[in-house]
Amino acid sequence: MSETIKVPTMAEYMAQGKQPEVLFWVGCAGSFDDRAKKITKAFVRLLTNANVDFAVLGTEESCTGDPAKRAGNEFLFQMQAMGNIEVLNGYEIKKIVTACPHCFNTIKNEYPELGGTYEVMHHTQFLKSLLNEGRLKVEGGKFKGKRITFHDPCYLGRANGEYEAPRELLRKLEVELVEMKRCKSKGLCCGAGGAQMFKDAEPGNKEINIERTEEAIKTKPNIVAAACPFCNTMMTDGVKGKEKEGDIQVLDVAEMIANAEEI
Amino acid sequence: MQYIPNILFLIALVLGIGYFTRNIRKVIRNIKLGLDIDASDHKKERWGNVFRIALGQSKMVVRPVAGLLHIIVYIGFIVINIEVLEIIIDGLFGTHRIFASLGVFYDYLIASFEILALLVLLGVIFFWTRRNIQRIKRFWSSEMKGWPKNDANYILYFEMVLMLLFLIMNASDLQLQHLGAAHYVEAGMFPVSQNLVPLFEGFSESTLIFIERTAWWLHILGILTFLNYLYFSKHLHIILAFPNVYYGKIVPKGKFKNLESVTNEVKLMMDPNADPFAAPAEGAEAPAKFGASDVTDLSRIQLLNAYTCTECGRCTSECPANQTGKKLSPRKIMMDTRDRLQEVSKNIDKNGEFKPDGKQLLDDYISREELWACTTCNACVEACPVSIDPLSIIMDMRQYLVMEQSAAPTELNVAMTNIENNGAPWPYNQMDRLNWKNEV
Repeated sequence: MSETIKVPTMAEYMAQGKQPEVLFWVGCAGSFDDRAKKITKAFVRLLTNANVDFAVLGTEESCTGDPAKRAGNEFLFQMQAMGNIEVLNGYEIKKIVTACPHCFNTIKNEYPELGGTYEVMHHTQFLKSLLNEGRLKVEGGKFKGKRITFHDPCYLGRANGEYEAPRELLRKLEVELVEMKRCKSKGLCCGAGGAQMFKDAEPGNKEINIERTEEAIKTKPNIVAAACPFCNTMMTDGVKGKEKEGDIQVLDVAEMIANAEEI
Repeated sequence: MQYIPNILFLIALVLGIGYFTRNIRKVIRNIKLGLDIDASDHKKERWGNVFRIALGQSKMVVRPVAGLLHIIVYIGFIVINIEVLEIIIDGLFGTHRIFASLGVFYDYLIASFEILALLVLLGVIFFWTRRNIQRIKRFWSSEMKGWPKNDANYILYFEMVLMLLFLIMNASDLQLQHLGAAHYVEAGMFPVSQNLVPLFEGFSESTLIFIERTAWWLHILGILTFLNYLYFSKHLHIILAFPNVYYGKIVPKGKFKNLESVTNEVKLMMDPNADPFAAPAEGAEAPAKFGASDVTDLSRIQLLNAYTCTECGRCTSECPANQTGKKLSPRKIMMDTRDRLQEVSKNIDKNGEFKPDGKQLLDDYISREELWACTTCNACVEACPVSIDPLSIIMDMRQYLVMEQSAAPTELNVAMTNIENNGAPWPYNQMDRLNWKNEV
């Protein structure tokens, strides 16, 4: 995997007078976090493989403001939002895809009132549409028959009602999909939302990610599938905490599709 | 002399309904202490929700046992109230079973009341055992000690007694019908209470009339008392659930409201032509307070939410923070909001207007520890069978803490400073955002 895959920026597209089919909003985790960067790269490989004409904002991208807003700092949120909207509108962006449900939710639901209206898709929704259009082939490959449990990200599931796209992709991988007791609209949070990712938890008798990991382990999975970089971190830590990292992998749905056929 | 019962009945009715009306007006006054927000949109969806979620109880059955029992009690409550209409007419005009002229239809009506009364009685007993024998966890949380626990049981006892009185009234009436007592027309079908008739075997007519009249009076007085108990109890949901569901959130759950007051200031800050040293215009409104520290900073819908909560605890039992032993309980957020609102209400009753009492919702009722434990996962909002949104109150109070008091936890301040300085919650250089590209 030494060959470089082209990741054009909007600035480059603009210079060439071109508009991409879709803007890939990478997000802070996808840009900086070592684990999440792997998801970003897997998704880029899929986009390239499906011949999707995409671009990123690169250094012109900034935090959507989600953690600031959920922490109560509406000022900082709106400063971030307006800055981002200015950039996005400047490039006349129409369609955005992101691998982070928090970015997805914020741009889709909270930006329009501030002047930024776009068609926003979570990467599992986008991959599903590529699949339906026949641009992306998803087959079992090395995950065929593996036991997989899917952890619903709150900001994709309950917050936006999307439970099916990631599951449909997983089923295409011909895996044995087993549900946790608390799934879909009753899915248990990984513990990272609401800016909890960036602070210690309040005193209690357990960490939320451990509670969730224990539930996932009960389904005896080979892989815990995630669709959010923060859930991924929390579940990975949880699996390590339960000393199961030898048996259970935590992978993003996009990574699974990319790795199934070694794309 | 013969009109004395009618007059007494009229007095009881006027007092009962009058006091209830007075308290409901108080509820409305208190809700109006909240901020006015426009909810005139999405009328069709809102009515749809009322039919599906409130009338149709669609979210109750997510938990099938409690849901089914609740539907029985709910249908029983609505249908048996038709009987109350007959009781009121009989009471006012001295008639007896005025609807008997409906004939066969009346027989079926009474029969259905009786079956429902029995089902309600069994349902309520089942509810009581879940609460007190099975001791389901959500009924025994720390916020359920004292009055909330007793309140829940009182309501169940009330309903048991009302149903028993209804059946005793019918059984004695039926026996009087058998005896051919004057006034007691042969009407109705009594599939349940006919089984109680043997208890009254050999009773004289006057004793039976005494039993029947006592049960009749206690039944209607009980209903009037229950009606007036609502205001003092968690049980207001039987009325408020309907408007509450109507005003429930209809946008995606992940969409949190953007503060308009902040938008205006941010726009001003980003406007290159704005004069940063300009004095506010003459007569300009004082800057709005950001977020909520007391009930009067909340919206009317949030206050309606607080009065509607019936403390079932489904929110708390789904809350990830609560399940892992944190102090946060979404139910307690709602109960605290209501309790503080009632305190403000009493203050207004006493002083004619609100006199500062040195207390507020924040700290005196809801602690910061509770507020910071929330993951904003929306599980509580999803779980509520009547569309209450505890999360919105938590968010408003966090906004107050951060924007008015700069009182965020230190680590969050670090993350926010990072966002402000380098566009990410971590201390990475914004110029390195695309470095991953070269690592493919």
